[in-house]
Amino acid sequence: MKLSTKFATGFVALGTITALVGCAATASETAPSTAVAAQADSVSIEDAWVKSAEEGMSAAFGILSTDGAEVTVISASTAASPMIELHETVAGDDGQMMMQEKDGGFVVSKVEMILAPGGDHLMLMGLTAPLLAGDTVGFELTMEDGSIFSFDAPVKDYSGANETYNGDESVDIETDSASGSADDRGSDTRSGSADEGAPDQ
Amino acid sequence: MTQSDTNDALPGLNRRRFLWGGAATGVGAATAALIGSSWRDASSTAAAGHAEDARSAIHGALTVPFYGARQAGIDTPAQSHTVITAVDLVQVQTAEQVVRLMRLLTDDAARLTQGAAALADPEPELAIVPARLTVTFGFGERIVRLAGDNSAPSWLRPLPAFSIDDLDEDQCGGDLLIHVASEDLVTVSHAQRMLLKDTRSFGQVRWSTEGFRRAFGSEEASVTMRNLFGQVDGTANPRLGSDDLETVVWDSSASPAWLFNGTSMVIRKIAMDLDTWDELDRPGREESVGRYLTNGAPLTGHNEKDEPDFEKTTPLGFPVIAEFAHTRRARSSVPGEKIFRRAYNYNTTPTGGPVSDAGLLFLSYQADVDRQFVPLQQRLDELDLLNQWTTPIGSAVFAIPPGCAEGGFIGDSLFAI
Repeated sequence: MKLSTKFATGFVALGTITALVGCAATASETAPSTAVAAQADSVSIEDAWVKSAEEGMSAAFGILSTDGAEVTVISASTAASPMIELHETVAGDDGQMMMQEKDGGFVVSKVEMILAPGGDHLMLMGLTAPLLAGDTVGFELTMEDGSIFSFDAPVKDYSGANETYNGDESVDIETDSASGSADDRGSDTRSGSADEGAPDQ
Repeated sequence: MTQSDTNDALPGLNRRRFLWGGAATGVGAATAALIGSSWRDASSTAAAGHAEDARSAIHGALTVPFYGARQAGIDTPAQSHTVITAVDLVQVQTAEQVVRLMRLLTDDAARLTQGAAALADPEPELAIVPARLTVTFGFGERIVRLAGDNSAPSWLRPLPAFSIDDLDEDQCGGDLLIHVASEDLVTVSHAQRMLLKDTRSFGQVRWSTEGFRRAFGSEEASVTMRNLFGQVDGTANPRLGSDDLETVVWDSSASPAWLFNGTSMVIRKIAMDLDTWDELDRPGREESVGRYLTNGAPLTGHNEKDEPDFEKTTPLGFPVIAEFAHTRRARSSVPGEKIFRRAYNYNTTPTGGPVSDAGLLFLSYQADVDRQFVPLQQRLDELDLLNQWTTPIGSAVFAIPPGCAEGGFIGDSLFAI
């Protein structure tokens, strides 16, 4: 569990940037001799979390960074949802903030890439089961070179992250927190075989 | 202590600048830890004659370690502000749910106490001034029993009824205690909100109460607090770091194994009738407690820490410290009937008539409630002149689980997964 102070609002301590830049200089010098290194090996995520939801849609957030050269995340997957997209939040024609799939994926440079409510995020489009606060969800990010970066994110209740989805159908991902009937589900978890029960697309 | 030794070699002025200035720019965990353990040193230096400098000193970056064998916020020097909340975990029926909740709350507390935003914190800027923030968790009987019928210590239940009580059920009991304290009330409010938001899926707030002491730095940390009656309150308390406190609070030899490095907490919300107290003149006030108001010295002595002489009589043959005096009644001749108190004042909005709704949040820590707290409270219940102006209106007992290591959660010794 990392305790460093980093804010999804883009407010990053000066010392952190300096430290990352320092590392990167070293990494780029040695890069040519390790050209076959998988991109996923250089990626890390901090403060990952996913919004709780009873059903439907949800979103995952965190701070992605790389200790090497710039890499691009081209897709994501999770057992919690058979359909997951890399989203950005943009102003629509009417000025309303909308979410949509991000062309070209997530570019993770040496400086952090922040996935946060109101900004870029991993969009879970069809939950296979409720996401309960305090559970852990596994994610896999596929890089341009095909390598895969895996991480776990705890589920948290969160009232924000309600932008309208600018996809085939306009839906609101507003999701009541997984309250009320939480106790009815006992020790239900979503790891492993949860995706086998996914509905046909 | 190594840190004090090092610090003593530096002029006070420079030391403070280094410590506080360093923390403000985020030098790192090592510096934060140093600050955490040396704050008393620094504050007493300030009070000793650097008033000008103390005024400009910034202490918001001071931290108290979260991870450790024991939870912080018990034998931590009491911070200026606290908010104590009991949550009824009405949706929680299984140990697995408790684990999910406590993982969330532990992570929140670990981050916030170190001056970092909680996960999914919409107001991260409010998290960067910990000001000695501590978060301490306790479990009520129902939650402990979710780990197994034999897991609850025998004392984990409501206190026996006392004749002086006028308890409001809405200010008693609860499944989960969340005790937040800091030198900064904004920090307390933010931490409380972040923690309580993570309890929403598991239950609802049963009661919550705020308490305060003197502001940080307004007097030396070693000064015994005064309650709103103006009395020096807690003179006989075991000193922080003493063997006495170790035995009183942390002797877990008679407790279930999971409570090793844990303890118990009794919370009594005691209303103080300041209006009728006003009718009592100074001699009467001093007689009610058996201590002088000026410095808390027993009526048989001169200094606060002087041992009361309960045998001493007046020329007329009456005891100097009256039979009904609080000091006499609170004292036990039975070894072990002793508690560690960490009280806070409260003062809320009065309703309908009186100009005050004030009192004391009496927080008492002891290894065994039945053996240590109950006999003492029974003696005070039978006879204590102070009862005339004080009324317990809230009461709760919690088991305080041990601390946890990074990666663990508060309660993991009970709900081992």
